[in-house]
Amino acid sequence: MANTYTLISSNTLSSSAASVTFSAIPSTYTDLVLWASHRVDVGVRVNDQLTLRFESSGANTNHSHTQLSGNGASAASSRVSSNYAITIDEGTVGPGATSNTFATSQFYIPSYTSSANKPVSIDNATETNATTAWRIGSAGLWRNASAISTIIIANNGNFVAGSSFYLYGINNS
Amino acid sequence: MTMAIEVNCETGAVTERPLTPEEIAANEAAVAQAAAAAHEAEVKAAEDAEAKATLLTKLGITADEAKLLLA
Repeated sequence: MANTYTLISSNTLSSSAASVTFSAIPSTYTDLVLWASHRVDVGVRVNDQLTLRFESSGANTNHSHTQLSGNGASAASSRVSSNYAITIDEGTVGPGATSNTFATSQFYIPSYTSSANKPVSIDNATETNATTAWRIGSAGLWRNASAISTIIIANNGNFVAGSSFYLYGINNS
Repeated sequence: MTMAIEVNCETGAVTERPLTPEEIAANEAAVAQAAAAAHEAEVKAAEDAEAKATLLTKLGITADEAKLLLA
């Protein structure tokens, strides 16, 4: 059980941006958790895709994930292996969603300095004033022996102003 | 212009800069890879459904009757 929960850094967008990167993440914690509240400007879509990756170059296909989704009317599952990023379908809300609603995500990354591959547990909830909204649980993986020092969260367009991102470090002692 | 926000956790500095071509390519590649995987899954599901229907026809039973047999 974590007994510390320390804000490492945060950013609330004052104008739109395609991606938010946390770099130079200190290696002094046991786990990391990233909380994000986001909305994107892609087309007329109610929901759109969210991407997460742990390396700046984006040149390696060493991310994978399995996703379970439900929106109150239907359920879906998907798996993508060996990708350039973890991709969460319907993971954020777009212009088709009720104005000023945002999706919420939590990315929990245990043992992020371990030399083993890095799992990430992802929870998403979308918001809109409609009969359906997505609730998504995903298991992600970054196959790399390096400590995580960079986290990049992006989408197919731009995160709108007001989207916010909070990175916490957790210590187990 | 498409912008990227970078927060340096060590210094606290926040930098706003245009996305590099490599970053744009990385995101597009990830999205394309996910779309390809989704398409592959859809094709497999369709193939499985067709194979199931063919087998039921061959056996001369309905899907409900097959469920009864397997229950």
